[in-house]
Amino acid sequence: MGISIGKIKLKNPVMAASGTFGYAKEFEGLVDLKKLGAIVTKTITIKPRPGNPMPRVCETASGMLNAIGLQNEGVEDFIEEKLPYLSKIGVPIIVSISGDSIKEFCGLAKRLDKEKGVAGIELNISCPNIKRQGLIAQDKNATYELAKKVREKTSKTLITKLSPNVTDIVEIAKAACKAGTDAVSLVNTFLGMAIDIETGKPRLANITGGLSGPAIKPIALRMVWEVARNIKKPVIGMGGIMTADDAIEFLLAGAKAVQVGTANFIEPGVCEKIIKGVEKWKKTR
Amino acid sequence: MKDVKAKILENEKISADYYKMTLDAPGLARSAAPGQFVQVRCGDGLDPLLRRPFSIHRISGTGDRLSCIEILYELVGKGTEILSRKQKGTCIDVLGPLGNGFILPLSAKRYPLSAILVAGGVGVAPLVFLAEELARKKIKAVALIGARTKKSVLCDKDFKDTGVEVHIATDDGSRGYKGFVSGLLQKVLRTTNHESRKTVYACGPQPMLKRIAGICREKRLECQVSLEEEMACGFGACMGCAVKVKDQAGYKLACKDGPVFNAAEIAW
Repeated sequence: MGISIGKIKLKNPVMAASGTFGYAKEFEGLVDLKKLGAIVTKTITIKPRPGNPMPRVCETASGMLNAIGLQNEGVEDFIEEKLPYLSKIGVPIIVSISGDSIKEFCGLAKRLDKEKGVAGIELNISCPNIKRQGLIAQDKNATYELAKKVREKTSKTLITKLSPNVTDIVEIAKAACKAGTDAVSLVNTFLGMAIDIETGKPRLANITGGLSGPAIKPIALRMVWEVARNIKKPVIGMGGIMTADDAIEFLLAGAKAVQVGTANFIEPGVCEKIIKGVEKWKKTR
Repeated sequence: MKDVKAKILENEKISADYYKMTLDAPGLARSAAPGQFVQVRCGDGLDPLLRRPFSIHRISGTGDRLSCIEILYELVGKGTEILSRKQKGTCIDVLGPLGNGFILPLSAKRYPLSAILVAGGVGVAPLVFLAEELARKKIKAVALIGARTKKSVLCDKDFKDTGVEVHIATDDGSRGYKGFVSGLLQKVLRTTNHESRKTVYACGPQPMLKRIAGICREKRLECQVSLEEEMACGFGACMGCAVKVKDQAGYKLACKDGPVFNAAEIAW
């Protein structure tokens, strides 16, 4: 069951996805945290961010839209308040980071590079809910430039998280790999929206948000397959994984590991179940 | 906080669009406090996807053993529709108890205390549990129940059974005071004595809570409100249920910091 992603050794290929697992403490007692392959923490930024106005989430058919807006307390709070707990769990901790500029990403990477409790960094260049002219992950040159600059600042395992809101995800994945990222993770959420027909207003205050959950699984799977057959570096697949069978589909599509996201909200112990199911499947192969 | 499979002991329609479900969940029943809530997985499939939050309406059981939790719900959509069709004897996933409940006065011994419970619609749900707890502490309480019409007045008997005085407001005046429950609160405060220190506990739609909070601010009464926000997880992971508060630039979370807040803290 053990695999490696960059320098990180995981005892199984199932990780909790960023933004759906808080800083792990929220799940204490609901899931056996030490059983996880790795934990990717909620995205942090240099300075605290208050996040978007309400409503921030709404349910859609077999999915949900969110526009949280990267609410977090900033990197220093993360290191002081959250990392000590996370480092004691005994599984690799991958820290998701975001910023408004290359400088901010680099600053975060440099700061986290000193922390022993951090195994890897995931570049969140694909959050659809922050105001900016397009996402970094929608431009291969911007992706390359960012990943390359961050690579220079850290020796930790570097994962670039890709957006599905692109015409050709393969070229973005290739740019990230060329820049020296150790792996790519995909997909982040799909940009979507929902309208309340009684009020005529959007159901999210941000108007648009990111769609996640089982509704996106077939598209996510197709993208993972496309990327995996075109790059040599490990692909971490995600998008609507609810069960071990879903995770196995991603592994069969070429993913070396998977991340479980939205399912954690509905069934906080789901990662353990998925790990068991994947283990069983591996044994029979 | 536990995620349990709870057996449905009762699932009865109590009036037009309202149902009461009794769940066998000893672990949750023992640790629950008034104002806390549970997240219930209504269906078995992928749609509806998310759990639905429900206030804990009552804790019940036979004899000394408090082994059941009750939820009171209104048919409002896909989730509650599925829930209403659930059969007695089947099991559902229940996560809880979640959040922080009402802060109860410590003791009524040193000076006289009393509580005013203000409910709007199905917001009455957590206030019955609170009334029972107040009765146990021998704290006098009055309940003001707001509803659209006389047919949708909920739980008046439950309050009376715990020795709570009940006042009713209906939008159409078909029973009790005609108008909003906030108007009824003003009327009650005008006629009430001022011998005891009063705390107002309110649960209902956001515009109602805002009005109640305004009245309490004016009258210098402590007011605790139970807020409802759209949420995905219920335990602080998704950060979907943000509540804007006054004393900081950011937000608090309805699920983890609330759902009960001091009304003075909220940036209405």
